[in-house]
Amino acid sequence: MIELENVGYNYGGGELLTDVSVQLAPGSFHFLTGPSGAGKTTLLKLCYGALTPTMGRVRAFNMDVKGLDRDQMAYLRRRVGVVHQDCRFLDHLSILENIALPLTVSGRDIGQEEANLQELLSWVGLSDRAHATPPELSGGERQRAALARSVILSPDVIIADEPTGNVDWEMSQRLLQLLVELNHMGKTILVATHDLSLIRAAKKQVQARVLRISNRQLQQAGADL
Amino acid sequence: MSLLHLRSLIVGDAQADRVVPPSGFTAQLTLFVSGAMAFLAVFALALSMASGRLADRWAEELARAATLRISAPLEQRQAQTDAALAILQQTPGVASARALSREEQAALLAPWFGGELPLDSLPVPQLIEVIADTPGYDETGLRLRLQAEVPGAVLDDHTRWREPLVDAAQTLRRLAWVSILLIGGATAAMITLAANAALAANAQVIEVLRLVGALDTYIAQAFVRRFTLRAFVGATVGMGFGIIGVWLMPEASREGGFLTGLGLQGWGWLAPLAIPVLGALVAFVATSRAANKRLGDLA
Ligand SMILES: Nc1ncnc2c1ncn2[C@@H]1O[C@H](COP(=O)(O)OP(=O)(O)OP(=O)(O)O)[C@@H](O)[C@H]1O
Ligand SMILES: [Mg+2]
Repeated sequence: MIELENVGYNYGGGELLTDVSVQLAPGSFHFLTGPSGAGKTTLLKLCYGALTPTMGRVRAFNMDVKGLDRDQMAYLRRRVGVVHQDCRFLDHLSILENIALPLTVSGRDIGQEEANLQELLSWVGLSDRAHATPPELSGGERQRAALARSVILSPDVIIADEPTGNVDWEMSQRLLQLLVELNHMGKTILVATHDLSLIRAAKKQVQARVLRISNRQLQQAGADL
Repeated sequence: MSLLHLRSLIVGDAQADRVVPPSGFTAQLTLFVSGAMAFLAVFALALSMASGRLADRWAEELARAATLRISAPLEQRQAQTDAALAILQQTPGVASARALSREEQAALLAPWFGGELPLDSLPVPQLIEVIADTPGYDETGLRLRLQAEVPGAVLDDHTRWREPLVDAAQTLRRLAWVSILLIGGATAAMITLAANAALAANAQVIEVLRLVGALDTYIAQAFVRRFTLRAFVGATVGMGFGIIGVWLMPEASREGGFLTGLGLQGWGWLAPLAIPVLGALVAFVATSRAANKRLGDLA
């Protein structure tokens, strides 16, 4: 699905990532971990094309991300569901409208998707918050709404950046369960987190590979987790 | 632009419209500017049409009519009139020459002396109306010949004094058109500014829309549609007030001169209807360009 070959990246300062190679096979579940500032978010952005590598090559769905024009990039975004670290909602729209936004911008008729939307809302447990605006939600509710938005177009790949960033243990378990369910549906999942307990909990439910960024390199973490 | 694209631009859809938050001051600026500019455009249009009409009419009269005045003692008047008419008939470039009848002359004088003027017993000059062909007659040649053969004849090319006025009217028409172009240009510039402000204020929104897979054309259209609609509404209102303003001007009359003729006439009243359409078109082009540039820069 998504392959990184000898990817290097720097924002203009020093090299942040060097010689990173990884393949996200269809249906796989990956965790990405590492200290704050190590470049987890950067690596995810490289995966979904928000950044283009300064070295090496990123291929998504067998297309070189570097060669994509702006329209092709938009179509790539529709095939990869992303949960951003800071959620990124439109505050003037309701939660329901935010979740439906990928449908709206791809020209689909929301009226016809009403049933799907309601089902999705109840899946993430936000049925009664549908008409609230994003600033009115708690951190955990926002994270769940972001997850719902990322899957609304049934993407093959879901990339989540600290989806349990500011929620309590119970809520993080709930979010993890949603991700695991998606993986069981055949989706390819990549989750960046520094929450090792989350990874341990996940390992009991799915076959997850853990990647760690340290010293600008990507390493496969062992069973010591 | 495909027809479908045009349709979605005009009909739009409610969901897509909500995607960009309504922005206060750029909306008001666009409405106000297009309204004010449309108001001005109506007057510029009326001015151009009125000055055009005047220029045409005066030019036509100028080209065609002159008067020959025979001031002779009563007993010679008829003979000299006949002689002058004979000369005029032979002159190439004169379409027709006709001595005004007694009644016509009396009518000309009536405003000053009243209706019961005994013209026959007064040394009132006989008037001959000379209508020129195109091209006209040789004026100097005609004068010389009249001087020699009809001593009492004076060729009064009375419309000559209007020549500079015709020039002025034509210049006025050109200036009115330049004004209309300037109004269009100023509108485009202001709407571009407003659109850029709206795009800048909504940079975050644009980013989120891109993150969820919106095409640039979709994002651009969300802005373009709004600005085009606002410009159309503003221009329609401005045009309405402009037309009322022109309509309230005093009735045009043929002698009334220039100021009272500064209106719209006949089909001319339909011309301002083009203003909102043009205003919307200007807004469409200006916003499209601003959005495409901005989205390109943000890429
Ligand atoms: N747009 C940017 N321009 C310049 N430097 C940046 C930019 N974004 C991130 N960085 C820097 O790159 C480094 C890696 O940032 P990144 O966000 O990828 O870290 P992270 O591993 O996701 O950290 P965290 O766990 O805190 O989210 C940081 O030092 C950050 O300051
Ligand atoms: Mg991060």
